[in-house]
Amino acid sequence: MKNKIQKKACTTLLAIFLACAYSCSDDIIERNEFEALNPTNTDDLAGNWKTFLLTAPNEFLLEAPIATNTPAFTREINEIKSYQTNISENQKKIIKYWSAGGVLRWNEIMRTLVARHNRPPYQNEDGTYPAPSAANPFANPQFPFSNPPYAARAYAYVSAAQYDAMVATWYYKKLYNRAAPFTVDATLQVLIPKSTMPSYPSEDGVLSGVTVELLKLLFPTEIAYIDGKAEEQKLYRIISGANVRSDIDAGIILGRKIATKFIARAGADGAGAAIGNQALWTQLETQTAATGETPWMSLDLPARPPMLPLFGKVKSFLMTPEMVVASRPVPPPSTKSEQFAKELAEIKDYGTNPSRKNMEIVAFWADGVGTYTPPGHWNAIAAEAFVEQNYSEVRWARNMALLNIAMMDAAISCWDAKYTYFNPRPSQLDPSIKTMTGVPNFPSYVSGHSTFSGAACVVLSHIIPAKAQNFINMEKEASDSRMFGCIHYRSDCEKGLELGEKVGGFAVARAIIDGAE
Amino acid sequence: MKKIYLIYLLAVPFFMNAQTDIDGIMMNKNNFCVGAIYQYSSWDEYWEGDFKRENLNLGTVSTRAIGLMGNYGISDKLNAIFSVPYIETNASAGTMKGQKGIQDLSLTLKYMPLEKTIGEATYSIYALGSFTTPLSNYSADYLPLSLGLKSKTVSLRLMGDYQRGNFFTTISGAYVKRANITIDRNAYLTDEMHYTNEVDMPDAISINFRAGYRSNRLIAEFIIDNWVTQSGGFDITKNNMPFPSNTMNALKYGINSKYTFKKIPELSLVGGYNYVAEGRNVGKSDTFYGGVFYVINFKKTSPQDEK
Repeated sequence: MKNKIQKKACTTLLAIFLACAYSCSDDIIERNEFEALNPTNTDDLAGNWKTFLLTAPNEFLLEAPIATNTPAFTREINEIKSYQTNISENQKKIIKYWSAGGVLRWNEIMRTLVARHNRPPYQNEDGTYPAPSAANPFANPQFPFSNPPYAARAYAYVSAAQYDAMVATWYYKKLYNRAAPFTVDATLQVLIPKSTMPSYPSEDGVLSGVTVELLKLLFPTEIAYIDGKAEEQKLYRIISGANVRSDIDAGIILGRKIATKFIARAGADGAGAAIGNQALWTQLETQTAATGETPWMSLDLPARPPMLPLFGKVKSFLMTPEMVVASRPVPPPSTKSEQFAKELAEIKDYGTNPSRKNMEIVAFWADGVGTYTPPGHWNAIAAEAFVEQNYSEVRWARNMALLNIAMMDAAISCWDAKYTYFNPRPSQLDPSIKTMTGVPNFPSYVSGHSTFSGAACVVLSHIIPAKAQNFINMEKEASDSRMFGCIHYRSDCEKGLELGEKVGGFAVARAIIDGAE
Repeated sequence: MKKIYLIYLLAVPFFMNAQTDIDGIMMNKNNFCVGAIYQYSSWDEYWEGDFKRENLNLGTVSTRAIGLMGNYGISDKLNAIFSVPYIETNASAGTMKGQKGIQDLSLTLKYMPLEKTIGEATYSIYALGSFTTPLSNYSADYLPLSLGLKSKTVSLRLMGDYQRGNFFTTISGAYVKRANITIDRNAYLTDEMHYTNEVDMPDAISINFRAGYRSNRLIAEFIIDNWVTQSGGFDITKNNMPFPSNTMNALKYGINSKYTFKKIPELSLVGGYNYVAEGRNVGKSDTFYGGVFYVINFKKTSPQDEK
């Protein structure tokens, strides 16, 4: 009897362990496993769309391709066939990944790069902080620190360049009208949906050429990783039978040329000086104190210089410096006012026994250290919404550019307001206010999350009006999350949303006249 | 008499080496040992990967816990053990708000298939199966101040005990299998970005060695405990935030004691101390605990059971 019980106990133990162990190993399915892109509209007239920096779609010359009836072209088709006869599982995975769309995947890769580098420098022994240096990117701390303004600008540059490059691509596709390999050789297998557009130059080649050059500038320590992705994209087009090698090579050359224009602009847009210096940091403090207000103080220990105080001066794609000033929100409530006391009390209240739902909202939108930042969050939201729309690559690039440029403008305008008013966070004035997310190291007014979200919401609602209510709910929740987390006052959030929506309006105004609608 | 495997995280080294199920002691049939332990654990240094550092924005991170525990003798050779902790976390500096709440229920079946006395030495072998599950909807993605990692776990531990006179040695090893967890965000970075709110949690192996003096009245022992995260974890990168699926390794040393009253043999006191000597992505914590236990014999008090 006893023995039986013991045996049973023993087998039960083992059975429970094995059963649980087995049921624990569920594979996770992620949201970015997308179907192959199969545009409902090829946007064949996109060669006429309005570009950002290119003076004309043919500003950079692309040489005429070799004819499809030449032996050289046949050899290129043979290259595809030879890959296809020995296609590996890994190559199939590469095709599955990239066929979802080049603009989509490069935006996703950028979000990874931003998240990896979104880490504030670790202090020196003496309590000062080293600054990342573009000239010496591998030193400690590595360059860049992709904080929200840096990230917003990075997403915007890559997207603007991709868009101009796609317009040029569409222009040359029409101009040279070279047939796709599968049209020339009907026996050729095609492993992805066939496009009716001419195939020279390859849109994926151009995307890879232009993006790699910009990412080398923006994330110099990641060049090997970036090159690896670009190689995969190139291989995907050839193995899948969508392009011959000369489509791709020509595309890469064109993309690289277009990139030079954006790289030159990035070198002179003022971002490199946005960090400021000790004299400026002190001046911000004294000039605010002179108005009788309490100046912002870093709550980091040791105290850290304010994040990119001159980012408000960075050259926008859509706003003049006058427009930045004209959009600037009214001053925040004085820290001595009744209104301010009321707002401070409201935030303190959010911190006392926060509901689980509020904590969830704070965490969902936190997008802090080690994440792709708020502009990256909206970029991801947009990508998932765009996938459902089956855009052509050129329209993908255009919509992403409008979104990302609007968010860069949000960063510029928001940072302009923050360093104009330089006002303190709730926990600075009342240290008993404990926060549910990290306190960002820059002034409070207006909320960056709110500004980014307002701008993104306006642009996305214009692009996909059917989802407008959805985007409005999200912008509101993102904005509220900063109050629930106890790091922003209500004025910061409400005025931030307003500012973002105003700035997003500039991108919408452009969307109406860029030829795509 | 119990412990929770897991939860070393940056934050909460838990009831780790309190008088626990991983000792070579069984409750007799129908005896129920119930008690409570208070534990205080704190650290002001932690390992970011293998880089030991402090963080002035956290100051001292502390965890206070009260655990309710029980051990019932189903038979002389099979015990059922449970524990439920209530936890409060706090950072002495910076702005981050601490958390409090009920953490994970732990259930363990402890089975002793073999006990043999050869000469003056007694050898025994044990198998322990444990299951843990969160009892409240706390956020795991709030390290180092989260209440725990929120992963359901199962573990299987094999243990051998040797006693000669009043001196003993116990060694045991466990494999801890962890279930995926769900966090409040829907995208996160490990080495790559993941677009999901589910997190794949790495498993762990725990090795425990203890030796010392053991009599009916007094137990005094020292312990060495090594917790090693298996594949799938990753390091906290420079000046980054911790994440639930980080690799978390800890080598601990400590002492435990248990005193049973002579006049009231049902009542005992426990107390101990342990510290993390070497770690990876965990706090270098010091832990103190003390508790009281009482044994109820259901056979004596409920004669109906005999019928």
